[in-house]
Parts: sequence; C-alpha cells; structure tokens
Amino acid sequence: MNGAVKVVSALAAALGLGFLAWILFVVLRHGAAALNWTFLTSLPSPPGGSGGGLGNAILGTAIITVLACALGVPVGLLAGVYLAEYGRGTRFATVVRFLANVMMGIPSIIIGLFVYAILVLPTGHFSGWAGGVALALLVLPVVARTTEDMLALVPNALRESALALGSPHWRATLQILFRASRAGLLTGVLLAVARVSGETAPLLFTALNSPYWPRSLSGPTANLTVTIFNYAMSPYPAWQQAAWGASFIITIGVLALTVVSRALARERK
Amino acid sequence: MVRRAHGRAPLVAEGVFRVVALTCAAFVLVVMAGLFVVLLVRSHLSIHRFGWGFLWSDAWDPVRDHFGAASSIFGTVASTAIAMVIAVPLSLVIALFLVEIAPPRLARELLAGIPSIIYGMWGLFVLAPLMATHVQPAMQKVFGTFPLFSGPPMGIGVLTAGLVLALMVLPFITAVARDVFALVPPVMKEAGYGLGATTWEVTRKVTIGYGMKGLVGGVFLGLGRAIGETMAVTFVIGNDHRIAASLFASGNSIASTLANEFTEASEPVYLSALVELGLILFVVTLVIQVLAQLWLNRLGRLAGNRS
Amino acid sequence: MTSTPPPDVAPPRLTVPEPTAGVQGPPATAAQTKISVRGLSFYYGEQQALFDNSLDVPAGSVTAIIGPSGCGKSTHIRVYNRIFELYRDQRASGEVWLDGENVLAPGVDVIELRRRVGMIFQKPTPFPLTVYENLAYGLRLHYRVKGSELDDRIEQALRAAALWDEVKDKLHRSGSALSGGQQQRLCIARAIAVEPEVLLMDEPTSAIDPVATSRIEELVVQLKATYTIVIVTHNMQQAARLSDFTGFFYQGRIIEFGTTTELFTNPKQKQTEDYITGRFG
Repeated sequence: MNGAVKVVSALAAALGLGFLAWILFVVLRHGAAALNWTFLTSLPSPPGGSGGGLGNAILGTAIITVLACALGVPVGLLAGVYLAEYGRGTRFATVVRFLANVMMGIPSIIIGLFVYAILVLPTGHFSGWAGGVALALLVLPVVARTTEDMLALVPNALRESALALGSPHWRATLQILFRASRAGLLTGVLLAVARVSGETAPLLFTALNSPYWPRSLSGPTANLTVTIFNYAMSPYPAWQQAAWGASFIITIGVLALTVVSRALARERK
Repeated sequence: MVRRAHGRAPLVAEGVFRVVALTCAAFVLVVMAGLFVVLLVRSHLSIHRFGWGFLWSDAWDPVRDHFGAASSIFGTVASTAIAMVIAVPLSLVIALFLVEIAPPRLARELLAGIPSIIYGMWGLFVLAPLMATHVQPAMQKVFGTFPLFSGPPMGIGVLTAGLVLALMVLPFITAVARDVFALVPPVMKEAGYGLGATTWEVTRKVTIGYGMKGLVGGVFLGLGRAIGETMAVTFVIGNDHRIAASLFASGNSIASTLANEFTEASEPVYLSALVELGLILFVVTLVIQVLAQLWLNRLGRLAGNRS
Repeated sequence: MTSTPPPDVAPPRLTVPEPTAGVQGPPATAAQTKISVRGLSFYYGEQQALFDNSLDVPAGSVTAIIGPSGCGKSTHIRVYNRIFELYRDQRASGEVWLDGENVLAPGVDVIELRRRVGMIFQKPTPFPLTVYENLAYGLRLHYRVKGSELDDRIEQALRAAALWDEVKDKLHRSGSALSGGQQQRLCIARAIAVEPEVLLMDEPTSAIDPVATSRIEELVVQLKATYTIVIVTHNMQQAARLSDFTGFFYQGRIIEFGTTTELFTNPKQKQTEDYITGRFG
C-alpha cells in the first residue's frame, strides 16, 4: 500500500512538472524562432506585414512595471509597517489585514475595470499612468502582507533595544528592523513585481496598447502582454509569430525574477 | 560633543510617520470600498434598465441594446466546474507527495509564476489543435450519443477552457494544501511512526484527517482564482454568447466577455451592462475570498499559528 | 573632546519645570538616591503583575533584583525606561522618580529618558549593522557629532566596555559576527556611548558562557563608578558578588530591600531566608 501511494503521488507530481516543462518548451521553441535584434529594437510592422519588432512594447512594459513599483511598493511597505509596528492587536489592523488578503484574490480584470472608471473615464483617454496605477493596486496588498510578516519575524528584543537607546519608533523601523528583514522584504517585493509584470487583464482598459514608442505616459502605451493578446488573436502568421516572441520575453523575465527572489530567500536562511 | 536638543521635533516626526503609515493601511480599506461603489455606480444604467432579470436573461444584443448575463455566468460556472473536478483530487495527491516524501520544489512556484497569458498561448496554439484532432474525436467515439459531447470538435470551447484552468489552479491549491498538511503537529506524526505505522498509514490517518479542512480552504482560494481568470480563458473558450449543452461548444465567461468587448462598447448601456458583469464577478469572488480567509484563519488559530 | 559651550551645566531635565509644583513633589530622600519608586503597580491586560512596589536605588552603586522566575523582576525595571509602552496591553501606575522627576508623568520626553536610562537585554541584540554603526546609531540620535569626533567617541565607548582591543580591527564588520560575550559587551558599549546615568541590565549573562560572564561581571564592577546600575538576575551568587544593594521580589511584591551583605547574611523576612537558602525558587 505504502509503495503504491508513493508511486501515485510521484506520478501526479510528475504530471504537474511535465506540463510545466511542456509549456516552457513550447514558448522557448516558438519564441526563440521569432527573436532577433530587429525584433527587440524596432517598431511593429503594419497588419499583415512582416519584419518589424516589439521594441516599443518591451520598453512600455518596463516603464509601466517600474511605475507600478514606484507607486505600489512604498504604500505597501508603509501599510505593512502600520500592521506590524503600530496597529498590532488593534481591530483596525485586523480588518485591514483581512481585506488585504481578500484583495489579493480579487480578479485582476476587476482592478482594471476600477481604474478605467476612476482614471480613464474622467481624463477621457487610456494612459500608461492608468496602467501603472492598476498594477500598483495589485502590488499593494502583496507587499503590505509580506512586510507585516517579515517585521513580525524580527525578535522583539531587537525592536526593544533600538527603542531603549532612545530611537524614535519610525527610525528604529526604517534603519534597524527593515535592515534585519531586508532579504525577506526584497524577496516579497520581487515576487510581487514578477507576478504583476506578466499581467494582461488590468492593462486591457487602462494602458491599452500602441504601435508607437512610449513618448508620454498620458496616452495609450505599448506593452508586451496586451500585444500578445492582440497579435495571437489576429489572422496574420507574422503577428502570431511576434506574439510567441513576446511570450518568450515575458516568460523569461518573470521566471528570472522568481528565481532571483527565491535565491535571495534561501540566502537568508 | 554637542547634545541634540530633542524638543518637540522627534514627536512631530514620529506623529507624521505614524499618520502616513496609518493612511497607507487605510488605503486598502478605501480601495476595497471604492471597488464596490464605483462598479455599482457605473452599472447603474444597466441595473435600472434590466433589473434582476439581467442575471437570467441570455440576451446579448449590442445592436438593440439588450443585455443579460446568463451565458457569461453559465460559461464561467461550467469552465470552473471542469477545472475543479480535475484539479482538486490531483492537487491533493501532489500536496501529499510534496509534504510527506519530497521537499518542496522551485518548480511548483515557477508553475504558479508563469503569466496567465502564456497558458492562453499554449492553450490556443498547442492544446486546442490537439483537442480537435485527437481528444475530442476519441471522446465522441467512446461516448458517442451523449449531447454533452456533441457537435463538431473545434478544439476551442468550454472543455478546453476548463482544462487550461485546471492546470492553472493546480499549483495554487497544491500550495495551500501543502501548507496545511505541513501544519499537522509533528508530535501527532511522530506518535504515528512510533507505533510502527508506515508513511502511508500516517498520511492517511493523521494528515488527511487533519488536512481535509485546510484543503477546503485551498479549494476555495483556487475557486476564486478560476472564476476570475481572464486571459487563459479568453484565448480558448471561443467567445460566443450562447448556452450549449455540449462541452465542445464555444462559450464565454464573465471575464472573457469583459476582455473582448469592453474597449469596443460604444453605447452607454452596453458599457454599463459590461460593468454590471464585472460587479457580479467582484461580488462572487469577494464572497468566496471572505469565506476562504475566515476558514483558513480559524484553522490557523486551531493549529496555534498566526495565519 | 571639546564641547562648546557646555550644554549641560544644569542637570538635564526631562520636562520643563512647572512653576506651580504644588501638587506633589519628589519624595524627600537621601541626596545620593538616583531612582525612587513609589507605589508602582503593573498590569498585563487584566492581570496585575506588580503590587505597590516602593524602593530607592542609591546613586553610583549596583543594585541587584533577585527572586524566582515570574516574580516581576524584569517587569519592574522595564518601567524605569518606559519600554513596556511598546505593548498596547501593558500599563503601569504609581511613580518612578529619576533625580526628582516622575518619569511616568505625562509630557516626559521619553527619548531623552531613554538616553539617560540605558538598557541591556537578556540575549545580546546587536543591530544588523557593523560594529561601528552599532555605536554610531545611538550617538547620532542624541548628539551632533561626526568625523573624527565620532570615531573618538566610539573608541572611548568600546574601551569602556573592554571590547576595543578585540574589535578595533573589525569595526566595519557585522556586529552579529562577534561571539556571544562580545556581542553583549557591544550592547553595553552601545548603551554607554550616549552617556547615560543609569544602566538597567535584565539578566545580562543568562545567555552567555561562564568565561564571558565573568568578563561582563568585571565590567559591571568597573562601570559602577560612573553609572548607577540596576541588574536583574536569577543567580544569587552573581547578586552577592556584584551588588551593593539587593531587593528580593516575590509574586510581584518587594519582600525585602537592603544592603547586599545585610540581606544575604541577616534576612529579616522568612520568605527571603527561604529563597537565599535555596528552599524554594
């Protein structure tokens, strides 16, 4: 009985891994065929045409992701600081923690809808700003909860010894406690960024997409994921090929971030 | 050495920092409340025009401005149900493997980390053709007459969407189930081994008995994921507003409808109906998430852990 | 070290003195008393942990607080620097006078209080910074000091904590790379760098090996010339070796307080006698 169960469990796990390998293989094979210098650096070809590239979308995704971090990470860090340092044991903190957990499970397309309603409708146009805000709202609860958990792991004795030296709580938090938990914080933030950089749904009605270089964030902004969506659903083989290339880039980027953040987590131990 | 005169400055700095941190925490509340209010306000037109009938009307006619959510809800439920039927038993077994026999691997996290649009690409260009040429004809050969498997094997459709979804929520449920199994007090396990039990016996008697409750929480979280998943489904479900008996038929889900039609909707009522779809999705996932969190919190307290 | 102009000719005060000091003055005590505790009670939520504690800590001496575990020793000294306020459910009532000022009064500058009353904890708690930065952190908090003056101050504090010779070549390495005993002396150096008047030590050697313990005990004896030291310990021999005065705590109450010699050779209370002769605890 014991042996049989081991075999079944291992088979099931192998099945999961098999699919992972399959998906990665397909993306790498199709994607690698699409990649070349032009693809990485130039603008897309017109519908039906060939050649061209997705340089604008690569740049746009990078910009929107950075914007999302710039907006979401500080707010998330501070919210986490409040939960762990100031609000410990309060009813308010319990409610915020609960809602942050819930917020992580809200479909990302709903976040996109929300940002459309509060940013795109009032300004009258899709924008990179709106895309960045939508992704920031996805980053926020993850970073907040990670920060809280990591600060909670710092021994109270360290916190007390900083305060006992006459340090204001805020300085103790930023200069001592953050330092003590920095590997965990960095891992959490990187994981959040990795997840968010591959998101498509929140960008559909916010950043939209664009065939041009991102000159300003106040208009529709090119990005890889919406490009994949548009190109994959198009009837042109050249565009479908480009969609694979874009899939390759985004997959490698996300997985690299995931692996780096995990390596950091291991280093901490 | 000149001493700093502290005066009121540190108090002010501390107060400011505290208020800023409090504001950031409160921002989570504001966003959650804002989500509900904004969706409600923006779907007012549709709610006013169609009333409760919106939920069970299968009309979707942008030309005559007549809309109902039934086909989107049906497709969402059907694809999610298929996904859960496949993923739940499988992830239970995998989780047991991970916690009892092998150490947790990076692979699981990579699987969870692959962007959903990549699953969509794989579903559309690899899985769907495979379904059309091999799987679906074979199923028809075996089950033949059932209406569940009728119609031309197109590859894309509700079944394929369910399969891709199953693959996507698998690592998710596995992760939660694994964590819960890992919560089983080691003393209980050691007691089991001490009595001469094999791995499987300990797993069965102790871990499953204890972990079942945790699995329920994990399944709920996975369910929330599957219901709201957008890109993977949009790629393979066919995007057709209809309710068909066949698993092979095209359909749509709430999320796929939003993804496909939102930027094309020109009429205010059309837009409002789409937002109302979003509102339905929001409320459903909210309820699922709240239940799952309450359940997992309770389990965490029972196990004496902070959750 | 030059300080121009001398910033603290008058003894530092925690609060601006109220002209109308009619309500309650500090208790009339001997001139050498550094800390006077009057009617101190303490609560963890609903649970009362200290009951009406009163004692006088003489200046420039070592005062030991002994008693069985859970008797409130640590809780008692954690009131002196108000560190307990980190926790929402902890509450103190009564008075703790430091040089004629009640540190529990509202409006007390807690940051300045904690500069004057340093604390050493059970386990060494080096900050996750370099040895140098461990000391610079506190110095920068309380003094306008930089460059070579900062270097000098750090060297001085490390010498005072008998650590300089061991770390002078690794000032810019992590503080947590030091041995347990060195870490604890680093924490002492960090505390005395900001020129406190009182040092509170909460079982400072309980997590440290015997050799390192005796080094710290030597250090405590040296430091009492400069600072008023209150040390909590569960080790009666340590109390007898180090302290000039001893207070015996039992179940949140001060059973007996007096000179160490008196308390250990001629205890007045039955419970004290039972404890020091090892009949319980």
